Amino acid sequence: MAAAADDRFNLQALQAGEEELVGTRSEIITGPVADWATDFSHLEPEWSADPYPIQDDLRQRCPIAHTERFGGAWLPTRYEDVAAIAYDTDRFSSRSIILSNFRPPRELAPIGGSPPISSDPPFHHDARKLLLPAFTKKTVERQEAATRAFCHSLIDSFEGREVVDAAHDYAQHIPVRVIADMLGFPPEDGPQFRAFVEDLLEGINLPPDERIERVSRLFDYLLTQVHDHLDRPRDDLTTYLINAELYGRKLDPSVVTGAMALLLIAGIDTSWSAIGASLWHLAKTPADRERLVAEPGLLPTAMEEFLRAYAPVTMARLVKQDMRWHGVDMKAEDWILLSFPAANRDPAQFDQAADVVIDREVNRHAAFGLGIHRCVGSHLARMELRLALEVWLDRIPAFTLDDPGGVTWSAGQIRGPRTLPLRIG
Amino acid sequence: MTDLVAGRNMRTVKVQINPELCQGHGRCYDLAPGLFRDDDEGYGQVRSDGTVPLEAERDARLAALNCPERAVELLEEG
Repeated sequence: MAAAADDRFNLQALQAGEEELVGTRSEIITGPVADWATDFSHLEPEWSADPYPIQDDLRQRCPIAHTERFGGAWLPTRYEDVAAIAYDTDRFSSRSIILSNFRPPRELAPIGGSPPISSDPPFHHDARKLLLPAFTKKTVERQEAATRAFCHSLIDSFEGREVVDAAHDYAQHIPVRVIADMLGFPPEDGPQFRAFVEDLLEGINLPPDERIERVSRLFDYLLTQVHDHLDRPRDDLTTYLINAELYGRKLDPSVVTGAMALLLIAGIDTSWSAIGASLWHLAKTPADRERLVAEPGLLPTAMEEFLRAYAPVTMARLVKQDMRWHGVDMKAEDWILLSFPAANRDPAQFDQAADVVIDREVNRHAAFGLGIHRCVGSHLARMELRLALEVWLDRIPAFTLDDPGGVTWSAGQIRGPRTLPLRIG
Repeated sequence: MTDLVAGRNMRTVKVQINPELCQGHGRCYDLAPGLFRDDDEGYGQVRSDGTVPLEAERDARLAALNCPERAVELLEEG
């Protein structure tokens, strides 16, 4: 089919396709948390700095915490409750997976704004099926050589420096480069991607107009890329999505750009966080660092433990109907903050749950989620994390935290170091 | 982990994947590539008929114990 005949992405067609759907806004409540059991907020600095003591405390005294913020939300901290919600797509919708003060209209289900992560059955399965072949272990292995070379080039750039910011100068660049390659976006646009990520994932409590403005910047960018690919089709995920068919016809433009947004946003912050948190742990734990340098074969096992203990990703769900659930009264449209990090530190599921045990052989962690929404990029994420750590430990076997107080962590549902000064000289 | 392979005499151990539970995490084919492989969508598949050679029994158990969805099952016969 000639590219010129594809008018799905023309401005006129896009405007005609915009439906008059309205969501619900709730009052923006910020400020210090009074009691984490009744007033939790994952956007407050105390949570970003160290959420684990809060989660451990809640798991013991109030395993499904509540807050009136965000128009009402619940926070389960036991593995069994997190798993039950992840598996129960009848009672909990993925229509919006970023908890905020805006609930998208119910009519958005089962597709959601960024399929398939925002989709419910039955649409979810079909949309996900489109993406799976692009993210198998075998497929992502094709990115290995380029990723390894890129990691080396980042470390080459540290030449002559004694202190580097491993979050800013190393971890963040790796997933940005990989996902730009896969989507076929210009590598020099990387800094823009990072702004998009911050807008979407960290701008939760901004005024609605400003939030809408920021989100539309991302979609404007994606449309530009779509048009560039319509003009010059090439072998990448963008061209693949433009040409993909579902139910015998090409995808709606909103599904194409929604899926592109998902891959761009979900592929960056997450791996960046996992790489950064692992390096942070090794910088402050010389025994683990020395052991991994001496036994590189242990890395795949250690990496799973970093994913368990510092799982970067928390998801959200929306309650579909009023119900009594595991002892609490949930209301339709209540949020669930689905904390895989909290599940991963539940002592009922893991021995020595609070300790990082780098040779933990049995590690049934939920860092990539559970059930039908298992992270579609998990094989890519594992490849990036493994190579990032392998190359770093090979090139920089000795390193320490330069300024432990200077480490900063991202706010919101994706948690990882955003400033990580390491002494490498 | 020595107890994982102890006490095998005349038994046969087989692995199978419950396709209703598998979500393609890939822990089985990461940990025991001799016993499992992935399909074109990343879901786990058992190689051959699933019979686990003695020397691979530990890998089989690790694959089962690390599957986040508990989709990998070990069947002991005999």
